[in-house]
Amino acid sequence: MTTTPGMIEVGTAEPVIQRRRFIPWIQSSARTRRLGWWGTPYLFILLPVGFLLLFTYTPVVNMFWYSVTSWDGLSKEQDYVGLANYIRVFTRPEYFQVFYVSLFYFVASFAQLGIALYFATILSFQTKFKNFFKGVLFFPYLINGVAIAFTFLYFFKPGGTLDATLAFFGVDPGVLWLGDRSIANFSLAGTSVWRYMGLNFVLFLGAIQSIPSQLYEAAAIDGANKWQQFRFIILPGIRPILGLSMILAISGSIAVFEIPFIMTHGDNGTMTFVIKTVRVAFENHKVGQASAMAVILLLIVLIVTWIQRRIIPDEKVNLV
Amino acid sequence: MTPVIAKTIKYVTLALGSIVALLPLTVILLASVKTQQELEQGGPFDFPSSPQWGNYATFFVRGKALEGFMNTGIILVFSILGTIVIGTMAAYAIDRFEFRFRKSIVMLFLLATLVPGVTTQVATFQVVHALGAYNTRVAPILLFMGTDIISIYIFIQFMRGIPKELDEAAFLDGANHWRIYRSVIFPLLKPAIATVIIIKGIAIYNEFYIPFLYMPSRNLPVISTALFRFKGPYAASWQVISAGIIIVVIPTLIIFLLLQRHIYNGLTQGAVK
Repeated sequence: MTTTPGMIEVGTAEPVIQRRRFIPWIQSSARTRRLGWWGTPYLFILLPVGFLLLFTYTPVVNMFWYSVTSWDGLSKEQDYVGLANYIRVFTRPEYFQVFYVSLFYFVASFAQLGIALYFATILSFQTKFKNFFKGVLFFPYLINGVAIAFTFLYFFKPGGTLDATLAFFGVDPGVLWLGDRSIANFSLAGTSVWRYMGLNFVLFLGAIQSIPSQLYEAAAIDGANKWQQFRFIILPGIRPILGLSMILAISGSIAVFEIPFIMTHGDNGTMTFVIKTVRVAFENHKVGQASAMAVILLLIVLIVTWIQRRIIPDEKVNLV
Repeated sequence: MTPVIAKTIKYVTLALGSIVALLPLTVILLASVKTQQELEQGGPFDFPSSPQWGNYATFFVRGKALEGFMNTGIILVFSILGTIVIGTMAAYAIDRFEFRFRKSIVMLFLLATLVPGVTTQVATFQVVHALGAYNTRVAPILLFMGTDIISIYIFIQFMRGIPKELDEAAFLDGANHWRIYRSVIFPLLKPAIATVIIIKGIAIYNEFYIPFLYMPSRNLPVISTALFRFKGPYAASWQVISAGIIIVVIPTLIIFLLLQRHIYNGLTQGAVK
């Protein structure tokens, strides 16, 4: 952050590189003396705010209204039904089971973070072909979701990539990876790990590499081994982003959508919250019911974010 | 644990991780040049007797891949242009001016980042419908440029590093704010614009649900929905589906190889949404 003469510096006198993410937005760096016409900023902000209101806030406000109606999305009439839609989500098993499915993804996301942390740590030390490994481990994250979903349909199909690989090692579990209700969610959650691990990995690696190298040098002089370096330098150094990732895993596991939607369409006991919501809305035409579900998801996300703000020291989190 | 063992473990796990990352797609690459018969009778790792490039042609001709790439391209260009204009204007107003409602507007933008996009489509759909944008390319373009707060964040971050003396000097030279924005600030934002183009470009290329929901016409595919709809009629022909997958992945691979460093940086800056 640069300090410019003539502007008001609010907050700490120390230049802080990474600070609470929304503080820089609110604390104006604008000058006290105004240049030009007073209306200028409004002209600049008009279009962005217009879009924001039209495409984010109008839907959100409408959603709250739809959620207490039995609207089908088409008819002129929107009948008020009170909290019936909300009660249905928590009492009917067909709605409630989606929370159970999200547990698979929740657990899987911790495996994902563990794998990402492991690879980020070992690649932060000197490694041959470092960039190659980094690229290979990261690349799946960039791939189109439909392409990934189809690739893994082939991977899991009977006699597909997975079965052939297991057969190579003499194993034949003889199960239907996507057809068997008790296994399908593991397969889908595994696909999800394959897809998203690379992002966590690159973010962790970036965080580890921003730890000042003097710390390692000092540790080496003190005779610390690699494990101790990990335990006492790396882990504390990336704690903020690690904590943030863990908390995001909660909202992330409820918001799972693309992979199971494309691969199984939510059938076979793989229905997730978001798939259910969009199917209720656009296939069953129960916009009121779907809106209630969307509101619940929104509230869960808001609560999780609130918890995150309370638990994680803000000033070191540099993520949007 | 001796250093040798530790090193062995390290490279073995790296190799394993790489195999897990590469194997599924390698098998698809193999499948994409096989005949239907080879696929049905042989194992996934068997090599084809002679590569069947015709599978790729089938996807292009029957899968509407060209239309898909074209529509994706059009949506990409207009959404990114819109995002840059909207994002830089918002950033300019928020970073360079003090005005009434400024704080409330900033809060509105920040709150909006928390709203999960997929579910609000339930209600967004009605707005898009009311605008008459349903089943046109305009719908995704509007949504991509209208709901991107991460880009605004990146622009603000970057703009804070541009000294205000530049604005002031230009102002004293008689430039108005529009000129300052256009001729002083905008050109200096190039690195931030590049970052936004990269992360936004990848996100739009990969987006499935928005075009799936708002452009349901079979004659209006983007590359994601072209591949998705292709599977219906060709469900039993994995060789052509595989060719489709590879065709969709290749542009991503090329961009990744060319822009690796920028992609890593862009992601850490803009990070996860």
